[in-house]
Amino acid sequence: MATARKPRLAVWKFASCDGCQLTMLDCEDELLAIANKVEIANFREASSAVLDGPYELSLVEGSVTTPEDLRRVKEVRAQSRFLVTIGACATAGGIQALRNFADVDEFRRVVYARPEYIETLSTSTAISDHVPVDFELRGCPISKAQLIEVISAFLTNRAPNVANESVCIECKRRGNVCVLVARGTPCLGPVTQAGCGAICPAFQRGCYGCFGPQGSPNIPSMMKNLADLGMAPLPMHRVFRTYNAMAPAFRAAADAAAAEGAPR
Amino acid sequence: MTERTIHVDYIARVEGEGALKVRLRGDTVEDVQLKIWEPPRFFEAFLRGRSYLEAPDITARICGICPVAYQMSSCHAMEHALGMQVRGELRTLRRLLYCGEWIESHALHIYLLHAPDFLGYPDAVRLAKDHPDAVKKGLALKKAGNNLMTVLGGREIHPINVRIGGFYRVPTVHELTALRPELESALELGEATVRFAAGLKFPDIEEDYEFVALRHEHEYAMNEGEVVSNRGVKIPMSQFEDVFEEVQVPYSHALQSRHKGEGSYLVGPLARYALNHDKLLPRARSIAREAGLDDVVRNPYKSIVVRGVEIVQAAEESLRIIDAYRPPDEPFVEPPASFHATTGAAISEAPRGMLYHRYRINQEGLIEEAKIVAPTSQNQKRIEDDLRHLVERSLSLDDTSLTDACERAIRNHDPCISCATHFLKLDLVRT
Repeated sequence: MATARKPRLAVWKFASCDGCQLTMLDCEDELLAIANKVEIANFREASSAVLDGPYELSLVEGSVTTPEDLRRVKEVRAQSRFLVTIGACATAGGIQALRNFADVDEFRRVVYARPEYIETLSTSTAISDHVPVDFELRGCPISKAQLIEVISAFLTNRAPNVANESVCIECKRRGNVCVLVARGTPCLGPVTQAGCGAICPAFQRGCYGCFGPQGSPNIPSMMKNLADLGMAPLPMHRVFRTYNAMAPAFRAAADAAAAEGAPR
Repeated sequence: MTERTIHVDYIARVEGEGALKVRLRGDTVEDVQLKIWEPPRFFEAFLRGRSYLEAPDITARICGICPVAYQMSSCHAMEHALGMQVRGELRTLRRLLYCGEWIESHALHIYLLHAPDFLGYPDAVRLAKDHPDAVKKGLALKKAGNNLMTVLGGREIHPINVRIGGFYRVPTVHELTALRPELESALELGEATVRFAAGLKFPDIEEDYEFVALRHEHEYAMNEGEVVSNRGVKIPMSQFEDVFEEVQVPYSHALQSRHKGEGSYLVGPLARYALNHDKLLPRARSIAREAGLDDVVRNPYKSIVVRGVEIVQAAEESLRIIDAYRPPDEPFVEPPASFHATTGAAISEAPRGMLYHRYRINQEGLIEEAKIVAPTSQNQKRIEDDLRHLVERSLSLDDTSLTDACERAIRNHDPCISCATHFLKLDLVRT
């Protein structure tokens, strides 16, 4: 009896730390089961065997930072039925998007003695700035459970069940005591998307926003709250301008905090 | 004379993007270039103006495979700058967290990235079809390391619980003892890994390495110690830049390190084992002996066995730490409220070798200058030397076999290209 061809999965890397694709290898209990359902057709970090596209599902890690990336991202899109971006680099440019607010020539000179050897764009941008994306999975890094949910959903033609609620909701479900209210610890939980499992508050630390803004963040209220807890404008500017600096709500918050702290 | 080139565009089963170009004229290897084309991310530049307290979380993002290494080197560098002493249980808990990363990273490399080379498979998933037990053992080991990192660090990739001075929250005795059964199993799986690895077939070659690693008086060095080599280097970590330098080459986004006036050197498991085997715990030492390892291993292919020994070491040490654990009164040492402009440097032993960080911070605690030297940039030049020797002794191979052999030689050193740019295509030119 002929068996149906298994759907082909590809994993692509742009500018990144490899942590989000590693999340797939970290699914120790599920990895071999996933490999039974799909043909891992192109995953250079894990395999030297490469099968040609088209691919049913492409997972894309990393941000666009080089002239070559601009071409490659379109090639990946053209070969993929579904394209899902994974992690803060792919969904918002990542921490390397801090270059977008600076002089990249200066950055090159800081790191490299012969900056002319280094080919790079002046910006680090999300994949969706360049090609249509079917789903964006947030996080720095992404969550294993959410990754498995997204792979399952796309392979069965249904929408992924990934909520864009705030970390606060997850924190309450976990039964954490609120670090902001009970301890006066500055915490971005109210404006940050859930998915991490509210780990920072569970470790008595304020959320630092690595999953990016939640669906409807009240940024002015968050900023007032942080200010009331004694956070000065420049540290507040830095808090929003880190792992998801180009996500619109965090970008605006960082700009507002900088304006507040500017010398008058 | 015929010119021959070997060209690998994208080296698989390494972390990050790299390429290799080898140019031969007749039987002479004219040039070997390990090209790291991973796009640069400019960490040292955008760290400028950030608070010293942010360095552990920001630099962790250089590498998803060894974030703890970045957190440890940055914390120690800042603490050196500020004259802070982190001792007792907090120091020990840092070592425990690092043990988790060593177990996770070494298990990943041994079973998912390196073993397929020895057994003739393109990857672990296809290896698992014929050798399911081996791959399942590897995944179980990896999971044990990851669980240790999750309990202590909050998550395995980019842990959230590390800060300058210690931790945000220290674990309870119960949280750590709950890990005991899995770590006991990891200790046995680690020993089985060494036996499995020692049974693989190794090319009979040795390289004349200058090994460089940390060495500590009382323990297998991780976070503290002097920088030593088998050729007489013995310096405090603060003098690293006096003896070692970084050089930029036109074909690579990663800076290459050299021992000034000497040349290439090797960091990582082979170096640590050669310089510190006398500090291994009893079961790690015993399994190394059972596997027939000499006190110094110069065959790069046998790094897979040495990584196994280090898994045993890390599991054994984790159990000791857990059994002796008494929660400290405070989760961290408070940094000074005010300070002068200052500089601090530190080295810790990432799974792939020494990771150097140096920071200059101003009186407001903002970073003015950052320098990070990753293990793979230190090993790059030495990997090129390995490749040159490999190609010289393998001239009779056809291009496909030679290319495969080159890729294997690179994977021996578990290069992490994401780290190095802060790696590989093979481009073999024969003339």
